[in-house]
Amino acid sequence: MDTSRRDFLKIGGLCALGLSSVEVAEAFAKSQASKYLTNPKAGAAKRWAMAIDVKKCWKAEKKECKDCILACDWAHNVPDIPVKRQEVKWLWNEKYENAFPDQESELEPVEVKEKPFLVLCNQCAHAPCVRVCPTQATFKNDQGITMMDMHRCIGCRYCMAACPYGARSFNWRDPRPYITKINPDYPTRDRGVVEKCDFCVERLAVGKIPACVEACKSKALIFGDLDDPNSDLRKALASRYSIRRKPELGTMPGVYYLM
Amino acid sequence: MLERALSGSAAYKRLLGGLFILMGLGFAAYLTQWEHGLMITGMGRDVSWGLYISQFTFLVGVAASAVMVVLPYYIHDVKAFGRITILGEFLAIASVIMCVTFVLVDLGKPMRVLNVLLYPTFNSMLFWDVVVLNGYLLLNIFIGWNVLEAERKGTHYKKWVKTLIYISIPWAVSIHTVTAFLIAGLPAREYWLTAIMAARFLASAFCSGPALLILLALIVRKYTKFDAGQEAINKLLTIVTYAMLISVFFVILEVFTAFYSNIPGHMTALKYLFVGVDGKHALVPFMWMFVILAIAGVALLLHPNVRKNEKLLIAACCCVFFSMYLDKGVGLIIGGFIPNMYGQIHQYVPTLPELMIVAGVWATGFFVLTVLYKIAVSVKEEVRG
Ligand code: SF4
Ligand code: SF4
Repeated sequence: MDTSRRDFLKIGGLCALGLSSVEVAEAFAKSQASKYLTNPKAGAAKRWAMAIDVKKCWKAEKKECKDCILACDWAHNVPDIPVKRQEVKWLWNEKYENAFPDQESELEPVEVKEKPFLVLCNQCAHAPCVRVCPTQATFKNDQGITMMDMHRCIGCRYCMAACPYGARSFNWRDPRPYITKINPDYPTRDRGVVEKCDFCVERLAVGKIPACVEACKSKALIFGDLDDPNSDLRKALASRYSIRRKPELGTMPGVYYLM
Repeated sequence: MLERALSGSAAYKRLLGGLFILMGLGFAAYLTQWEHGLMITGMGRDVSWGLYISQFTFLVGVAASAVMVVLPYYIHDVKAFGRITILGEFLAIASVIMCVTFVLVDLGKPMRVLNVLLYPTFNSMLFWDVVVLNGYLLLNIFIGWNVLEAERKGTHYKKWVKTLIYISIPWAVSIHTVTAFLIAGLPAREYWLTAIMAARFLASAFCSGPALLILLALIVRKYTKFDAGQEAINKLLTIVTYAMLISVFFVILEVFTAFYSNIPGHMTALKYLFVGVDGKHALVPFMWMFVILAIAGVALLLHPNVRKNEKLLIAACCCVFFSMYLDKGVGLIIGGFIPNMYGQIHQYVPTLPELMIVAGVWATGFFVLTVLYKIAVSVKEEVRG
């Protein structure tokens, strides 16, 4: 704390000496660069992805289990907006006919028709949201996660029009009064920006798995590197039939549903 | 030249006063939006763009009115358009100002709008739209102003102005194309995912813009000594007629493709717009109004007397303008969001503050237009003596 304070004062002094702000910023970047080391415990993957074992999910001990959703909402300060049409959602349940529209035969087993399907951002490999964003406020990181820069987003909502999965939420109002219990480790958002699931990138960076995966007692959520043939995820995908949402659009969703 | 806007008849001042009041009301509503965020609108996670963006797409079309007089006048040397050209260019300026304002009021973080230029993103159609729209605005300001100034001094405008004029023609096409690409390239918005979107934009632009221009020219003729000339109006009317027929034809193409292919995704939005789905039909009256006005517009345009009878002419232009408004300014954008990505029908109803902001932006556009027309007409009246 002390050193950074001193650095700050030094830089302030440089500014006062009349150096251009660009030079100062460069000096600052140089002195900081070495300090940005990745946590040695951080998870590494070419492409993070997830498989949802729907059978296990439906067999959860608790009736209407929402452990994963609650864990996610708490971890990310997801507000509970009372106006339904302006809700903010990261991870939630939909029915089969809604999660997979135009695919239902209407003769599916009752279970499939009635039971919940978890939906979230698919971290698409060819993400339309990233393609359309005019400011690169939404972008892909090097581990395949579709990220949000909430400080750059201008709130044009073009990404919401582009996402084929309705996975994005806009902060139509100030979300802070609607957060039931604040998690001090994760930033709250301002109104006027878009947000969505980011596979708990902040947890991955310190070697943890996503909050929802950790919270699921039924082990229904399998998380891993899609590019690693030996990952649990790939093994699960190799042994069970799985489907993805709207694969025909070429977005290459990274969320699989094991049937 | 600007000082000509400051003096005027009582009617001119009353008109500006009225528009100013509407602007004030809109501004007040915008302050509430600034304070509380876009929660005060009827939009939501399903219909995430509403009236603001749909006004924007429609007005991009109106801005085309300029090219439809500029092109014949400067390229084909159609002398008849000599006097109406300035009205077209000034209408373009006012429309683009409205477009830009509508995009601004739609932003969640308007104070960050410069991020679009700070981080230019070539793969984003919105980035390109910002570029082409502002470029078109500047082009028309430069051209309109210089041509008028030259006319006032009784000289010929400079050579570089002519270059700008040539540039402005393909540029006008680009604003429609890019705005169409803005919505036509999104994978799951089936109502928008059509290759003729840009063509539809151009066709509807080339009828709604010139139709409004005719109406404005008639108003100017009635209240001032400036007459754009019957021949110019007649020629414009021919353009309106063809563009209108092509527009209607394009809508029929969409309906055919959707229903003959019988693909649910392509049919649902059209069904929602024209008959309603699951008992939800908020837009049905508007869309049938569009159909009625479009048919009436075509019938009037093809009526042999439309060029002789001013009442018929006004009716025809009103039908064209308002039908295209309903199709593009209401149905097209909102219809694209219904059904939502989950196959559900969640309707959109704008709120009162939202409507006030919309009215305020329109009033701003017409305020600018009135002032610009006042200047143009004063100059023309002076020159003529
Ligand atoms: S699911 Fe939607 S938000 Fe997530 S990456 Fe794909 S397009 Fe983007
Ligand atoms: S709302 Fe934000 S993230 Fe989405 S497209 Fe606009 S600037 Fe990008």
